Amino acid sequence: MTKQVTIDAKGVHYTPLNQQIRKALEDGADEVVVNNVLGQRFIGDGLHGDATIRVNGVAGGDLAMFMSGPTIIVHGNAEHAPGNTMDSGKVVIHGSAGDAVAHSMRGGKVFVRGDIGYRGGIHMKQYETQRPILVVGGSAQTFLGEYMAGGLLVVLGLDGVMKAREIGSGIHGGEIVIRGDVDDACLAAGAKKVPLTDEDRTRIAPVLREFADDFGLDPEPIVNANYTRIVPASARPFAGKYTWE
Amino acid sequence: MNACNLGSMPLRYRVTIDRDQCMECGRCVENCSYGVFRQEGDKILINSRKCTACHRCLTYCPRDAIMLTEQPCDYRSHPVWSRQVREAIYNQARTGKIILAGMGSVADLPVIFDRLMLDASQVTTPPTDPLREPVELRTYLGKKPGKLDFRRKENADVELTTELTPNLMIETPILLGHMSYGAISLNAHIAMARAAREIGTYMGTGEGGLHPNLYPYEDRMIVQVASGRFGVNVDYLNRGAAIELKLGQGAKPGIGGHLTGEKVSKDVSKTRMIPQGSDAISPAPHHDIYGIEDLPQLVHAVKEATEWKKPVFAKIAAVNNNAENVAAVARSGVDAIAIDGFRGGTGAAPRVFRDHVGIPIEVAIASADKELRKQGLRNEVSLIACGSIRESPDIVKAIALGADAVYLGTAVLAAMGCRVCGNCYQGLCPWGIATQRQDLVDRLNPDVASKQVANLLHAWTLEITELMGAAGITSIESLRGNRDRLRGYMLDEGLLEVLDVKPIGA
Repeated sequence: MTKQVTIDAKGVHYTPLNQQIRKALEDGADEVVVNNVLGQRFIGDGLHGDATIRVNGVAGGDLAMFMSGPTIIVHGNAEHAPGNTMDSGKVVIHGSAGDAVAHSMRGGKVFVRGDIGYRGGIHMKQYETQRPILVVGGSAQTFLGEYMAGGLLVVLGLDGVMKAREIGSGIHGGEIVIRGDVDDACLAAGAKKVPLTDEDRTRIAPVLREFADDFGLDPEPIVNANYTRIVPASARPFAGKYTWE
Repeated sequence: MNACNLGSMPLRYRVTIDRDQCMECGRCVENCSYGVFRQEGDKILINSRKCTACHRCLTYCPRDAIMLTEQPCDYRSHPVWSRQVREAIYNQARTGKIILAGMGSVADLPVIFDRLMLDASQVTTPPTDPLREPVELRTYLGKKPGKLDFRRKENADVELTTELTPNLMIETPILLGHMSYGAISLNAHIAMARAAREIGTYMGTGEGGLHPNLYPYEDRMIVQVASGRFGVNVDYLNRGAAIELKLGQGAKPGIGGHLTGEKVSKDVSKTRMIPQGSDAISPAPHHDIYGIEDLPQLVHAVKEATEWKKPVFAKIAAVNNNAENVAAVARSGVDAIAIDGFRGGTGAAPRVFRDHVGIPIEVAIASADKELRKQGLRNEVSLIACGSIRESPDIVKAIALGADAVYLGTAVLAAMGCRVCGNCYQGLCPWGIATQRQDLVDRLNPDVASKQVANLLHAWTLEITELMGAAGITSIESLRGNRDRLRGYMLDEGLLEVLDVKPIGA
């Protein structure tokens, strides 16, 4: 049987709010529902465990920063950098999110149904079994996947708009997959387009199905759509820039 | 782009062997990781071009047969077209690239510390003898409350009601600065950690994460978070005694860092949490700080993740608007600010940044302390001076200019054997310090090296107490910001005003 705890965040500062969430988890809650969230930052910051936290309202900046394990579901928008330096776990945002989504994320998943701001997926990185995944249902803004060093970043453009320019500047690891064609002019230095192979498609299909399932979308059109895959032109983008004294 | 009719450059060093003394024992061949020496038949041959002046061969030659001369070949002397300038041009004419260099600035600029003289007591106030009267060096790093509130209990006792924030207690105002695992070896880190524990101080991890072999010393670690976030997760943050956000570095203000793939060995990859052989790129800014208003958010994110149990430091490079930078950082919620002067060390930095960007630590500390006092913020942060602290008087002078403590970098490396040859980037350090090659790392015995580091800190601590005692100062608080105990010797009026120090004789 799941143990659910409900917290009213109305007028509560983020520190006591996080203390209440931590307390609920320590007391064995599997699910924490946080109501009336209005921009409180750092929800789930540094949180361990495998509980699910439902955030009703608008989550403030650095949602799930340094988080290691739990799932956070936001019924609303999220501000700047959800999933910042996140270790593992999952963040599902039913609205849109601000800039630097999944910044330096090293594991787990961030799913955003709506749009994201500038510098989405910046410096995501992977190591051994830890491979971060960011999937965006709507559009992403400019400087998508900047300095990307690992992981998977998918932008679906389900609302018919795709605003990303300067994609993958300084990318030296990982992959960016965008539904539809991407104009060469939208790629930044260091990024190159390659065809999405059948193996790639098989590999990302489970991620797309999970995304569709989380948001109640029909997975088939998403799984079977055309995609452009963007990867680093080199794993050593700065190797040719320097000489020694 | 390797066009070249420039020929080879004149030798930087000439290595010679006194053949009368040499007994062909081959220790030089074994010890030189750069390949200067090779045994051919019964003769040891020399390739001076590979020499870095690391002195390993000299140290291990049982007959003192090896001699080294720097710049054995003269250029036509010229006051403007120096050797360095000419050789940089030849290098770039050949390669078309940015020149990287190891260690700190080599610019021949006056050192302000050397032109600040310390005070001593004579007849008007007597000196104290540290042997007889204790000189208190214990220092607390972190926020101090602006005021204290008390409550009188029913039994008439007085109780403090002000909530105090966590501080780091150090027994001497000397910390071991941040040099990452990757830039230096695991044995070097272990030696530093043991010395920190023995002396009662802390060491910085640098931005390369924390190796599991250092977990036993985690209570002595200041864990660093840089823009690349290498090795950073919540467990790493929780392990440290304090957390430092690296916002800048004195050797290369305004730019990021870059550990080349060659140095990302299996173990380094594990600690940094990136694939083996991949470049570790730390961008110039933190990508969640795009303006000063974002810094408090990062500071609070780190504090929130660690439940407000750890002091959070920020490290910045000393640049022109240092006072404004420091005041802004002090308002962000950090507990201490480390300021890194333009002579700060580095494993690798572009030569032009290393030698031309930034301001000296002496000026940066003085202006920071002055500005913080002016704005009523001095109690909000401790100040840590770093970037070319070379000897104990530098520490006394830095504290008199307003610092709470100092970070040592190069001095610690030197205590472990480093000869400041500046070839850290080659990854072949024969002293086992700036290398990841196991046979070289094994040369550095952490038990011995930690004793050497502890000896240095102990000796400097003794010297500091002697210098303070001679000036009649018995506690570090009475020295901090006490510019009256300094006099400027041959410093110009403008600089004296910035330092807030009187000239000699005044």
